[in-house]
Amino acid sequence: MPERVMFTMGDIACAEGALSAGARYFGGYPITPATEIAEWMSKRMPEVGGAYVQYEDEIASITSVIGASWTGVKSMTATSGPGVSLMLESVGLAVMTETPLVIVNIMRGGPSTGQPTRGQQGDIMQAKWGSHGDYQIIALTPASVQEMFDQTVQAFNLSEKFRTPVFVLADETVGHMRERLVIPDEKDLKLEYRKLPTVDPSEYLPFKADDDLVPPMGLFGSKYQFYATGLTHDERGYPSDKENVQIELVTRLNDKILKNSDQIIDLERFMLDDAKIAVISYGTPSRSAKKAIRDAREEGIKVGMLRLKTVWPFPEEQVAQLASEVDHIIVAEQNLGQVYYMVKAYASPTPVHLMAKPAGMPQLPHEILDKIKEIKSI
Amino acid sequence: MTESTPVLKHPMAKYIRSDRQPFIYCSGCSIGIVTGMIARAIDNLDLDITKTVIVSGIGCTGRTSGYFKTGTYHTTHGRAIAFAEGVKIANPELEVIVVSGDGDMAAIGGNHLIHACRRNIDMTVICINNFTYGMTGGQFGPTTEHERYSQTSPAPVGNIEHPFNLVKLAASSGAIFVARWTAVQARRATKSIEKGIQKEGFSFIEVIGACPTEYGRMNRFGDGVTMHKHLLEVAEIQNGLPPHEAELDYENRIVCGEFVNIEKPEYTAVLREMHKKLKE
Amino acid sequence: MPRYEIRFGGFGGQGIVTMAVVLGEAISLVEKKECVQTQSYGPEARGGATKSELVIDDVEVDYPKVQAPDVFVAMSRAAYLEYIDGLKDDGILIIDEDLVEIEGDLPDGIKIYKIPATRIADTEIGVKQATNIVMLGALTAITGIVTPEGLKQQIVERWPRFKETNLKALELGLKAGREAVPFSA
Repeated sequence: MPERVMFTMGDIACAEGALSAGARYFGGYPITPATEIAEWMSKRMPEVGGAYVQYEDEIASITSVIGASWTGVKSMTATSGPGVSLMLESVGLAVMTETPLVIVNIMRGGPSTGQPTRGQQGDIMQAKWGSHGDYQIIALTPASVQEMFDQTVQAFNLSEKFRTPVFVLADETVGHMRERLVIPDEKDLKLEYRKLPTVDPSEYLPFKADDDLVPPMGLFGSKYQFYATGLTHDERGYPSDKENVQIELVTRLNDKILKNSDQIIDLERFMLDDAKIAVISYGTPSRSAKKAIRDAREEGIKVGMLRLKTVWPFPEEQVAQLASEVDHIIVAEQNLGQVYYMVKAYASPTPVHLMAKPAGMPQLPHEILDKIKEIKSI
Repeated sequence: MTESTPVLKHPMAKYIRSDRQPFIYCSGCSIGIVTGMIARAIDNLDLDITKTVIVSGIGCTGRTSGYFKTGTYHTTHGRAIAFAEGVKIANPELEVIVVSGDGDMAAIGGNHLIHACRRNIDMTVICINNFTYGMTGGQFGPTTEHERYSQTSPAPVGNIEHPFNLVKLAASSGAIFVARWTAVQARRATKSIEKGIQKEGFSFIEVIGACPTEYGRMNRFGDGVTMHKHLLEVAEIQNGLPPHEAELDYENRIVCGEFVNIEKPEYTAVLREMHKKLKE
Repeated sequence: MPRYEIRFGGFGGQGIVTMAVVLGEAISLVEKKECVQTQSYGPEARGGATKSELVIDDVEVDYPKVQAPDVFVAMSRAAYLEYIDGLKDDGILIIDEDLVEIEGDLPDGIKIYKIPATRIADTEIGVKQATNIVMLGALTAITGIVTPEGLKQQIVERWPRFKETNLKALELGLKAGREAVPFSA
């Protein structure tokens, strides 16, 4: 399809991004503020020969997405925090069975039912630590309608490349605001697809990884036979309660994300080159920060921003490097401090200041400007 | 003439992963018998094994999928049907078989079961009902009869709750094919599994099984052989009986047979129709 | 043009969000300016106070929400009371005069325009649902934020089936806007 231009919502840009990435299966359950994705998909999926399936709950939704993915179809779900709470069991299953899929979380106020129509960024740690056990996750944090499209495409690419679930974590403001969206000509999109096995089926070891730590994926309906299980398994996929099998598997699952993090981490450096104060932010608050930084620069304050377009895996080295360049770091996020604790861990001894806002409106530009001035006066 | 040692090979061995033998099942357990039924159904229908997917959840029965030599998946607890729905919708050419236990399907996965019956996606679901959570040591479950003993329903009362009748549940939820057999009626049960596979829609086959190690021991039902003999004695074949009359009284009468066999538009077929209409 | 902020307020069902969206489409897609539309809404599908906003700029819009609107279009009393705060000094307040009365203190130098949008839609067009298009016409005439041609093009493209009604509503709204005499509080 040639290039298209729309004035549309982040949620719809996300759905279109998924379709452009080749997603042909959507399993979901209605929830504010992600319903627009489901509604759009219910119309668009059948048009492209795919399926929109509405399940009885979020648990079934994501589990069906895992099933669909094992047939070789790029698959996704979209929800909000309360839905993710239900899905976390299967996030673990997808991690353990190395299933590519995308989970979109349009973040609203929590805990519990919280404020369904108001945005927040309270689910950053949920995405990382929500399911039990040691695992890594990939999470992208778009800040505009265009990025909702671009980063959803990227989420599919990363999920396919590393055979792992990937979160798109967008705050409600990004999900619901409308901006101009340019959907590129499909020829110009670079799309990834999971590695498939090439060995003789009799020699196929479904969970034996290549050098990139990712095993080629046998699919249902292919000539390859396999047993995939949420139990700890060896290279054959067979359950094992041996210590070395557990250590090898869990280490590899973590390492395939951590050791490939340079291919995943995506950051924007904004006016940082001579900065003495750095703001770290993501999603809608990062747009407030941009305005605040522009205003502060007019007043001669040397401030810039490291905008996280991905929060997981955490950009440890980049934050440590930044901390060595500046005198102070301000973390502005729409919660009571989540990324803040990660920044603190890697910025030490550079002081890190939290600008928290656990509510529907992000930090206003002038509030961030005031904070920058306050820090400058220290 | 060369001498060869005769090798005894089970006719169904070609479908089973020999490198995963022996099965984890206790002696006297019914799950091995039902595994054999599924293999025979696949064999009798001459299914393309590479296009057959076998899915199960958690528990003793949940281990069944992993013994088959095809594309198999062992989900988390209760989610086998939800996983299978995604598989079938994403690739309707696949033959999807789900096999799991009563706890997996009727307790933690109960909501998925009833909605899958209603949704009518083509798959065959085999529930081995042994009235207990065997793998965790024999606690009462959604099909445990009133006042039966278990690790969590001790004397003097036993189980305070009342059981689901899975035939009635599946039938009233909209399954298009519903049958019940005991593990000793292997030929009849295999036929029903074959019918379920051939039917275009959601088929539910309950197989009443024995767990002598846990449920049998705690309720003094005797060993596996005794329990299976009992099943044969109390099984009462009533094909075509209205499903709401398919009673299950372990002590006296287990009504067996095929109770529902109807037609209803199947999900993936309707979806394909929709694709066609949109293309026109 | 520097950053320009418009706020629409009314009750659910009046097409408050749609007003901002179609205006945003005209500005973004037809006139190629930078533009972000946001909204806030409660659990009510009908009734309640609804707010929808547009930020327009020549350069990339950073903070996407309205901070101090240059224009506030108020189409219900509840929305007027809820969302009047923050209107800029010397800003523009457009009210549906049959639904909103000026109450309380207003910022300095405000210009108030009274447009009977609902009445025009109801009596002159016979389609109450066209109220928001009448109001958009008035807004366009009063602020010049979009060209009448640009808005017209987008309205026709968006609702081809209601072309006739909508264009009539737009014309009557433009006329009402041109003829409206501003007064101060």
